[in-house]
Amino acid sequence: MLKVKKLYKHFGGVKAVDGCSFEVEKGAIVALIGPNGAGKTTVFNLITGFIEPDKGKVLLYNKDITGMAPYRISKEGVSRTFQIIRLFPKMTVLENMMLSMQNVYENFWLSMLPLKQKKLHEAKMVNDALELLKFVDLEGKKNALAGNLSYGQQKLLEMAKALASEPELLLLDEPASGVNPTMLKKITNLLKELKKKGKTILFVEHNMDFVMKIADKVVVMDGGEEIAEGPPKKIQKNKRVLDAYLGKVIKIKRRKKK
Amino acid sequence: MGIAAQLIINGIIAGGIYALVALGYTMVYGILRFINFAHGEVFMLGAYLGWVFNILLGVNVIVAGVLAMLGCAVAGFVIDKIAYKPLRGRGMLPPLITAIGISLFLQALAILIFGAQIRTFRTGEVVRGITIPFIDAIITKIQIVIIIVSVALMVALHFYIKYTKTGKAMRAVADNYEVASIVGINPNKVISYVFIIGSALAAAGGILVGMEQNLTPTMGVSIGIKSFTAAVVGGIGNIYGAVLGGFMIGLIENIGIWFIPSGYKDAIAFAVLLFFLLFKPTGIFGVKKGEEVSV
Amino acid sequence: MLEFFASNYALNLLILICIYVILSVSLNLIIGYSGMLNLGHAAFFGIGAYASALLALAGYPYWICFIAAVFFAGLGGAMIAYPSLKLRGDYLAIATLGFGEIARAVMKNWVSLTRGPLGLPGIPKISFFGLTLTTKFQFFIFALIIAILVVLFVSKIVKSPFGRVLRAIREDEIAAQAIGKNIKKYKVIVVITGAACAGIAGSLFAHHITFIDPTTFTLMETILIVCMVVLGGVASIRGSVIGATILVLLPEPLRFLGLPTSMAAALRVMIYAALLILLMIYKPNGIFGEWRFRHAKSKEAL
Repeated sequence: MLKVKKLYKHFGGVKAVDGCSFEVEKGAIVALIGPNGAGKTTVFNLITGFIEPDKGKVLLYNKDITGMAPYRISKEGVSRTFQIIRLFPKMTVLENMMLSMQNVYENFWLSMLPLKQKKLHEAKMVNDALELLKFVDLEGKKNALAGNLSYGQQKLLEMAKALASEPELLLLDEPASGVNPTMLKKITNLLKELKKKGKTILFVEHNMDFVMKIADKVVVMDGGEEIAEGPPKKIQKNKRVLDAYLGKVIKIKRRKKK
Repeated sequence: MGIAAQLIINGIIAGGIYALVALGYTMVYGILRFINFAHGEVFMLGAYLGWVFNILLGVNVIVAGVLAMLGCAVAGFVIDKIAYKPLRGRGMLPPLITAIGISLFLQALAILIFGAQIRTFRTGEVVRGITIPFIDAIITKIQIVIIIVSVALMVALHFYIKYTKTGKAMRAVADNYEVASIVGINPNKVISYVFIIGSALAAAGGILVGMEQNLTPTMGVSIGIKSFTAAVVGGIGNIYGAVLGGFMIGLIENIGIWFIPSGYKDAIAFAVLLFFLLFKPTGIFGVKKGEEVSV
Repeated sequence: MLEFFASNYALNLLILICIYVILSVSLNLIIGYSGMLNLGHAAFFGIGAYASALLALAGYPYWICFIAAVFFAGLGGAMIAYPSLKLRGDYLAIATLGFGEIARAVMKNWVSLTRGPLGLPGIPKISFFGLTLTTKFQFFIFALIIAILVVLFVSKIVKSPFGRVLRAIREDEIAAQAIGKNIKKYKVIVVITGAACAGIAGSLFAHHITFIDPTTFTLMETILIVCMVVLGGVASIRGSVIGATILVLLPEPLRFLGLPTSMAAALRVMIYAALLILLMIYKPNGIFGEWRFRHAKSKEAL
């Protein structure tokens, strides 16, 4: 459903993304891996419109969404989380959830009018939000400020928020990083459950156990382009992939000596 | 030839002053990323201090000028320490608002101390014009002094920045604050120097203008905004850009009044400012900084 | 006591408080909810005043003058909406300042329309539906009603679903975009609405003083309004109401010192300026502020 075709993005002399192509099939969980600086997050930013590519295309259901504004891409059904958690910390968990939902009453004039449907819609949103919060075990925290949640809870909330917009495609930037083993298990189960529900997921992750456990397909990036693609088992043995990871280590060591 | 030449000469004279004041804006911005709104008032303070020393106390005009520059250097140093330093690291707007407060405070102070009466250095001799041969434009002796002194100060600043230890430290801090402090440069000391030098240059500008025009407590406002525009036009943070921008603004507004009603003279600088902010915020010499999205 | 409040002196102050409440609440909407430090607010105030005064002098009924004040001030807001999307932080502040000064240059130089520095004297009293506000007391009641309506309107904006998005944008622009909010649209609406409200204040001011000239709508005026917002607390509506009230009343005791006008004015400015500096250093949240100025950095790492 998502096709990334020959994307290029250079920042000055840095070739952050350099001709990257891959595909995400509907209903699949796809992992995007690669050494630090391989351009994974930049690819996310290019897909979601936060950065415009120099060249190349992003297709969603064969519709060209390249260079669209982020809010429009979100409305096309692409939802994302960030590497550094981005919530609205001084708003409640419930408000955070409701903001992600479709709401025509956010229109200036409609929101100023005392409409009966508006109240009904708000009530429905609260209901839906609570259901999703139950799904991620945050129901009890609905009135807490998002900024006061623990790190793991914030990660769950960010995921729940991303789900609240009922996306076709979910982009998760390092969902497993920095969380304790219990939370990791929770997140793993959550993703499996989402897959059962027919959601499509693309995620960036460094935790290889997590990737191997959950991904249907792995795309490996290095130096801004994809160097391998396939099921987790095969990727583990791919020579180019191993080179990419080990090669980087050597390079870094050399630089340190200088 | 006459009118065009005259407008160009006027533009160069005004430009020299704008450049002097713009240097203070650009040096502070280069390091602190902060528009020192009160800089125009330091210019005004310089003019009044010069007047106090020269007219009230009867000191020789050159000595009075040096004393006024010293006085403003101290004022710049103190303003930074009292009002700006406590706000560092608190975002962009609090220091800006504080600077506006300082600017209004100094204006009001000048009104209370010096009153609304016109103060002037002016003597009959210096304002008499000399006709420049061949191009048929008039220039006064004091205007010649303005050009010579402002250019001399800019050249001096160039050597200072380029060759002295403090000057090099300034460039280092402007280039990369963190790295500079890691290699042992004390950024606070550099910032103080920047305020001291910038204020002294503004004071020089104030005295030079004061010798030609009347002193008013609000004289720093329009010079301030025009000089800031000059700094933006040249590429804020770049001292050579500030000089170029100063002369450009001087020329643009003086030639501009040929085409549009003179009542709009002050608005020209604002229009140029808006144009650059919107379409070329990096100015002519500016480099894009912090634009890359880090991954 | 009652006599004091019925005196012209007290009524004048009360009317001014109403006008400044409108100005500070509308500026707070812009500063607090779109994150832009707007240093051109006095321009919208002035545009509203001139629009209303000119039409009234041309013989139009007041309700048309009022609508025109709102419309033209809103139009002015639309003009700074574009820079407000493109620029941020101090650059935006200085750009709006530039806009304000250009607007004032136009008021001063478009002599055929505004009579320039001579100003517009003899602005008629407000009358609508055959009712004319002849006394100061009647005018005060009218101004009070309008001020209350504006405050309610702005509070409603902030509390509505629309306002919820505004708060989200204020907290994190990138996250707001990621969940499908068109932040540009929201900012433009906020800026135009804030400007239009300032136009209402302009209309009240013009018909209250009955004389306007460009010297009223200076940067100093904007700074005064910024002071009110900062004192009350950015993004706090009731804070702005209190801030405006305090700052209108604060310099009044100076009147009884018997200073010459120019001295008194300077002293007033000095008090405002000192207050602004002290607030920024010691109490940047103001009286009711829930939140300090946003660090303007939506370009930070994603």
